[in-house]
Amino acid sequence: MSKHGRLLLAALAIVVIGGLIIVPMNFNRYGLYILSQWAVMTIAAMGLNLTLGYAGQVSLAQGAFVGIGAYGAAILTTHGWPLIASLGLVIVICFIVGWLLGYPALRVQHHYLAFVTLAFSTLMFLVFRNESWLTNGIYGISNIPRPEILGFPTRKPLPFYYLCLGSLALVTLAMWWLIRSPWGRAFMALRENPIRAQSLGIDTRRYTLMAFAIGSVLGGIAGVLYAPLTQYVDPVPFNLQLSLDLLMMVIVGGSGFMFGPFLGAMIAVLLPEWLRVAEGYYLMLYALAVIALLIYSPTGILGILDRYLGSRRTQAASALRAAAQSKLEAAQ
Amino acid sequence: MSNLLDLIVAGLATGAIYALVAVGFTLLWQTSQTINFAQGEFVMLPAFLMLAVMHLGAPFWLAVLVGVLLSALLLGLAFKMLLVDPMLRHGVLPLAIATMALAIGIKEAVKQFFSAEASPFPSIVPVGDVSVLGRAISLQSLGVLAVAILAVVGLTTLLNRTSLGHQMQAAAQNPTVARIIGVPVERMILLTFLINAVLVALASLLITPIYLAKFSSGEVLGQAAFIAAIVGGFNQVRGAIAGGLLIGVVDNLAAAYVSTQYRAAVPMVLLILVILFRPQGLLGRAEERTV
Amino acid sequence: MRSIILAGLCSAMLLSGAAYAQSGAPIKIANVAELSGGGATVGTNWKNGIDLAVEEINAKGGILGRKIEVSHADSQSNPGVARAQVQKALDSEPYVLLGPGYSGSVKVTAPLAAEAGITQIMGGEAAELTQAGNKFLFRTSFGQQSSMPKVAKYINDELKAKSVAVVWVNNDFGRGGRDVITKEFNRLGIKVAADLSTEAGQADFAADVSKIKAAAPDAVFIYVNEEESARILKEIKRQGVTAPLIGETTLVGQKVIELAGDAANGARGHVGLTTDAPVEAIKAFRDRFVKKYNYVPDHNGLKGYLAIYMVKATTEKMGKVDSKAFADTLHGLTIKTSTEPNILMDVTFDQNGDIDRQGFLVEVVEGKQVVKQVLPKLN
Repeated sequence: MSKHGRLLLAALAIVVIGGLIIVPMNFNRYGLYILSQWAVMTIAAMGLNLTLGYAGQVSLAQGAFVGIGAYGAAILTTHGWPLIASLGLVIVICFIVGWLLGYPALRVQHHYLAFVTLAFSTLMFLVFRNESWLTNGIYGISNIPRPEILGFPTRKPLPFYYLCLGSLALVTLAMWWLIRSPWGRAFMALRENPIRAQSLGIDTRRYTLMAFAIGSVLGGIAGVLYAPLTQYVDPVPFNLQLSLDLLMMVIVGGSGFMFGPFLGAMIAVLLPEWLRVAEGYYLMLYALAVIALLIYSPTGILGILDRYLGSRRTQAASALRAAAQSKLEAAQ
Repeated sequence: MSNLLDLIVAGLATGAIYALVAVGFTLLWQTSQTINFAQGEFVMLPAFLMLAVMHLGAPFWLAVLVGVLLSALLLGLAFKMLLVDPMLRHGVLPLAIATMALAIGIKEAVKQFFSAEASPFPSIVPVGDVSVLGRAISLQSLGVLAVAILAVVGLTTLLNRTSLGHQMQAAAQNPTVARIIGVPVERMILLTFLINAVLVALASLLITPIYLAKFSSGEVLGQAAFIAAIVGGFNQVRGAIAGGLLIGVVDNLAAAYVSTQYRAAVPMVLLILVILFRPQGLLGRAEERTV
Repeated sequence: MRSIILAGLCSAMLLSGAAYAQSGAPIKIANVAELSGGGATVGTNWKNGIDLAVEEINAKGGILGRKIEVSHADSQSNPGVARAQVQKALDSEPYVLLGPGYSGSVKVTAPLAAEAGITQIMGGEAAELTQAGNKFLFRTSFGQQSSMPKVAKYINDELKAKSVAVVWVNNDFGRGGRDVITKEFNRLGIKVAADLSTEAGQADFAADVSKIKAAAPDAVFIYVNEEESARILKEIKRQGVTAPLIGETTLVGQKVIELAGDAANGARGHVGLTTDAPVEAIKAFRDRFVKKYNYVPDHNGLKGYLAIYMVKATTEKMGKVDSKAFADTLHGLTIKTSTEPNILMDVTFDQNGDIDRQGFLVEVVEGKQVVKQVLPKLN
């Protein structure tokens, strides 16, 4: 990218980040709640984007990991654990379970892997619902406290929104670093051509499992924030539909693009709210919008931008070529 | 022992329903690599189209005819031209996601324009029981099973024994080569979608009297059929029958001998085992496609 | 002198304020319900009941001369979304909040409404909802803690059953009922011979019924939704189980009879609120509902309808539209059909927001609901 473009991008980033911090200050409780939801879902979708978009493994279990995180936080914090401690435990659990769930990925590929993870999602839902001794079953867990961060209580909507936003920022930075690290390059090599990656000496087994485990951990982190956000957890929101919704966020935002999940979660969380003016028809309009978007650009929203930039680059290149050619002709 | 037999016969009756829905899944996959997450809704919708025509005062047979035609038009032609065509070359996932959104759209539309209530639906198979192996089984279930088997036999014969079927398979497996050897690829794919649309309309006609016409009935059906298709073998039409019947029976046995709370888990465990040890499905064949 | 003028001024201002309120702005009521997702049928019935009542009241000039304006928001049957929508509704400061219907969604939203000091009239039936000391939460139907003991008592006293099979749907509705009645059975010394969880939308009940058959209980208690009730009744008939079948509104309703045909005959149940009740006002309600929406509502339609008339009766009792005093007025209030015919049956609200009303024990005889016993209102 040119120096000019990079400056433009940096300016855009500052405006967006500043906007996310300043604008919600005078939002009402509902607006803050929805924005917090968006931040939480973005984190979960970023995890799936790593597994799917960068490492090329289709997972339909991300919703189950959000569930594991939410239940972990709900159970532990209602038993007096601080949220940060339960976060630690959830990260460990999700990493191990995600690692184990990645094993089928070594044996089977593509849609078969999606089916295994689909089965896992359904099994987790049944565990959440049936193991009442642990999860309080269908009654759910209520009165989940909101944490104190460095002595600041986050009981009110605005501080809690900042907690979600701050977590999103940390996760984004970690992701940024990961994608640029040798690991990230190995993940992408895996997606583009697993056989070639192996012949280049990349331990495909380890990286596949790693992609699954890290993606799952991000799902868990989202869950840890989800529990104190709604302050109530029951099994129903963590059924297969959540995994499908998260997959949709990744695809619609643009799979394999760093900021795809931000836009995808925006479509999934904010768009239905904007469409609510249509009352009974709002979900219908939402479905139509998603379909139309995917028909227009099957590679998602950032796919449009990518295509646009790509064609601009081609145009610029051909303009240069044309200029050079005319110069050449003039010289002759 | 008679108890076990009871459970198996009842499971086969339910499994026949899953099988009939699953046939369309496998057909679309086999001939165009489309995973249709809206297949359950595709089965739910035609019954409402037929009910709508009946509300206008048409007799039942006419409503069925119009329903099948509308279904071919909407769920076959329009689905293929508007949704599948622009997305097919971009891989399985975007299209699968779009069909998910389509499922939401169809459900919401039915709820909004018809009703959120379940309504009864006339049965073309006489209502009543016959005795099979000393156990009462409803004629409706037998009708579903018969049509499912007929559909699979018909489709298998079409795909494997006729030149049209060979062209359809060629169009699916390698469109470029198929085009070179003169197969009208577009027309073949369209044909697949029309067959699926007529099939779901038939399924709707047979299943709705049992499940009732309700906007949400496609959710349970679609998921069960999806799992049945995978267990049976996603890339073989006949796998749908095996998978459907097996899931129906396993579900009942799980509820009886494992746990009613975890009955839905047993087909899932079966699914995982099948994929790990026989990923092509019970009756499927290994896919030759490279990725 | 000055104080008199001041007092006069004040009262004039108050009067004009009252006059403004009398003729002026509509009364804003917010409804958050399950309009899509798993509870869509419940929520749509509830919403339609509300709309019907609002239309009737507005046609007659509203409440205290003010029209009612209801906004509907969809919770997608998801507690997280319900919380957002209730938050949004409360931000716009409604007079009263209606809904949601799912107990989980009620649990997550009730503290918000209480914090805002807004009365919440909801459809949830789980026992624990009104036992948390929330002073702003009201039911529209019997909680399970008051309906289940009546069923258990009937099974004990009339059927003299010593063992019972319990069939329940594994969601918050079914699980709640099952837990309360199992406790009652333990208290009465009745053995639970089989404890069968079923799924919402389940099609095949062969395994469940064969387990009932194997347990050979003296009675079967069935607590699942209408469509599944019809399916299990058919399977029970097919497998020849002869033990008496007892349930609630969802086992003996008109819709079940329609769907199950012969198989519904003999089913008995406790019915708190039903469009089949032998009450003229309810029959008239049912006719009006069918005329407007073209289908027969279930008890959720009645609940939504009653919620609006609860608002009307309470407001008229206060003589003013006062959001803050609403909950206090409704606590301990008895609404009689003689003063408010559209409350359909006399009803009293206690200090927890629980309801006291007449109930019925019915049996399905030859495809018709027949009332066997009227359970009187307690006080």
